Amino acid sequence: MTTAVITPEEIIKKGKIVFEKTKLINDGALSYCPGCGHGVAHRLVMEVVEEMGIWQDTIGVAPVGCSVLAYEFMNIDMQQAAHGRAPAVATGIKRVFPEKFVFTYQGDGDLAAIGTAETIHACNRGENIVIIFVNNGIYGMTGGQMAPTTLSGMKSSTSPYGRVVETMGHPLKITEMVATLPGVAYATRQAVHEAKYVRKAKKAIRKAFENQRDNKGTSVVEIVANCNSGWKMTPVESNKWLEENMLAYFPLGDIKK
Amino acid sequence: MKQVKLMKGNEAMAEAAIRAGADAYFGYPITPQSEVIEYLMVEEPHKRTGMQVLQAESELAAINMVYGAAACGKKVMTSSSSPGISLKLEGISYMAGAEIPCLIANVMRGGPGLGTIQPGQSDYFQATKGGGHGDYRLITLAPSTVQEMADFVDLGFELAFKYRNPVMILSDGAIGQMMEKVYLPNQKERLTNDEIIKLYGSWATTGKPESRSRNIITSLDLKPEKQEIHNIHLQEKFKAAEENEVRFEEIQCEDADYILVAFGTSARISQKVVQLARNKGYKVGLIRPITLWPFPKKPIAKYANKVKGFLSVEMNAGQMVEDVQLAVEGKAIVKHYGRMGGMIPTPADVLNALEEKLISNK
Amino acid sequence: MTEEIIIAGFGGQGVLSMGKILAYSGIMQDQDVSWMPSYGPEMRGGTANVAVILSNERISSPILNEFDTAIILNQQSMDKFESMVKPGGLLLYDPNGILHHPERKDITIATIEGAKEASALKNKKTFNMIVMGAFLKIHPIVKMDNVHKGLEQSLPERHHHMIPLNEDAIKVGMAKVKIIHDLKRIAVEN
Repeated sequence: MTTAVITPEEIIKKGKIVFEKTKLINDGALSYCPGCGHGVAHRLVMEVVEEMGIWQDTIGVAPVGCSVLAYEFMNIDMQQAAHGRAPAVATGIKRVFPEKFVFTYQGDGDLAAIGTAETIHACNRGENIVIIFVNNGIYGMTGGQMAPTTLSGMKSSTSPYGRVVETMGHPLKITEMVATLPGVAYATRQAVHEAKYVRKAKKAIRKAFENQRDNKGTSVVEIVANCNSGWKMTPVESNKWLEENMLAYFPLGDIKK
Repeated sequence: MKQVKLMKGNEAMAEAAIRAGADAYFGYPITPQSEVIEYLMVEEPHKRTGMQVLQAESELAAINMVYGAAACGKKVMTSSSSPGISLKLEGISYMAGAEIPCLIANVMRGGPGLGTIQPGQSDYFQATKGGGHGDYRLITLAPSTVQEMADFVDLGFELAFKYRNPVMILSDGAIGQMMEKVYLPNQKERLTNDEIIKLYGSWATTGKPESRSRNIITSLDLKPEKQEIHNIHLQEKFKAAEENEVRFEEIQCEDADYILVAFGTSARISQKVVQLARNKGYKVGLIRPITLWPFPKKPIAKYANKVKGFLSVEMNAGQMVEDVQLAVEGKAIVKHYGRMGGMIPTPADVLNALEEKLISNK
Repeated sequence: MTEEIIIAGFGGQGVLSMGKILAYSGIMQDQDVSWMPSYGPEMRGGTANVAVILSNERISSPILNEFDTAIILNQQSMDKFESMVKPGGLLLYDPNGILHHPERKDITIATIEGAKEASALKNKKTFNMIVMGAFLKIHPIVKMDNVHKGLEQSLPERHHHMIPLNEDAIKVGMAKVKIIHDLKRIAVEN
């Protein structure tokens, strides 16, 4: 048996490019755990910004949490906000630069716990911004503590025997809450753990940025994601768990369009 | 000719913000400074200059709106009173760390806690010693007239951009609520986006063109080696401000046996005390720090060997007196006289204190 | 010349705006002025007062413990400020609602029936200008044409048609003020 030797050059020459990383994602390594959904979510946002041709006019706001370093990975002008304050920071940017595209990228602790007031009031004013909300039901950055979106009975380092809703409150469906506000043009819940979900999520993000272009008000795109490290699972297990548990409580689809 | 008006300190400051060419104001109502946002809402500066005004949902939101807008290279202001400033400290610390210029006014009331709505000067430590977390300083301007409430807006913006650091106007309820004659400055044009890019494009988030690498506004560095370099850079900036930005006023100190040190409302009262004391035959002068940080150490130290004593007059339990003591370095007696809880000392109160604590004590 | 004035009464009597018009009139004759109000909830239905200073020199303290003139419009203010008039100073008050009349002998004391005269003019809002007229009759610290300019500056333009009415009220006050205890005359008689 003989093995045909093919050099990399030949592969590149013969092959057809089917996928290219957007130039708006920098080449350095992401700081996220292998298997985490943040990387895909980052890519989708940057792909939409690139495809719409608006990268020179887009300013992003990174939160506190796992995506605190989002500004390291996205090759556009970025600001890093205090914990929970990204919608207020984005409001400030948009009010002085109404012609620019402004988005926040926030996790569940940032957006739905410490920043609830900023979230609700930015949405209520109908700030013409995009809010990307990555919900993985846990505080990943600080080591797996309970989040406002941690499911009932779900274990975390601050709910070690499972979340007891009677004393710890219920997992918060904040996207449904803000969908009731007249200022919100679009509220949707998406996922990125499988290709079919990724395609839908990208469409939703595109729609959100188009809403901003058309001055329609606030667009909130929730992305239900896994946190294999925080959930103490392998990536594959965590995707399965997400499908069976997270999506049961946080169903996917448009909440307001 | 400049326009002359009778205005409250709060109103004068708001009008001066419009005339300074400010791009935005974000605030939240609190007594005794609500006239600032009320005045701006009545004036509708978006029609006059394009300046944006927004009432935020909290002081926290307001200061973070300032952060976002100011990080775009825009001239942005907020104001509040003591309890509200405590909330704003989070954002102020972030802005000092991220090197964002902005202007914050504190129209102080008595504390701690909800305290009182009457005037106080008990946020001196908070303003001049950092206030929020981390090693930083706020350039702190202390107006003592309505005219200075107006004048320090433009000066404050100038210093904020010169040092890329937040600047605070530290006023109090008396100056905020009092009306005086004020000569309003002429209208400055707001910068265009192109001018902002030209002036501040090296750091501000104005949207990344092909011609430059991305601008990032952050106060975070997870690598301690790099964070320390950033800290050293900040400290060098603060040192330069200490060398170049000390401002103060001296009244009848040349022949003085006793010097009052006072800022803001206390300085106005102390000016009267100088007259009353001299009528009684005491040689008394006044040093009025205009920048509380950087503090006028040298101008005070200059008199340390010449006078019999200093009296720091403050509407608090004794805060600036510590800086006076540091300046004097034990070479003269330094005493404090203060009222608290929203009480304002009268000139007679201060004269009595001067006699009791320094003159008759000799 | 420096004139340090306290105007004190109930919220709603026009205490603060009287002070404002005086201060603006001072500006119109190139004086330095300050207007230092009491502020906060005590204003709502309770007492209100404002310290007004007009001076040819730079004003030092806007906060004072004694005054050249006290204009007193209710009993609480009488209790608080009678003792704070400088010896030789002026206390002007509306006797309406005053139970304990001032007793000092070292100051000039005058009254103006402001509330009564305002009713006679069928416009309660003229009350403060009647009182101000009474004060200006005794201490003409600002000229009437400067008062006119002061009214123009301190009233919003939509209320400028009220200026003649205000000026008439000032004249009423000037005509109706009564000196109860005249220190100057006593000094002359002695």
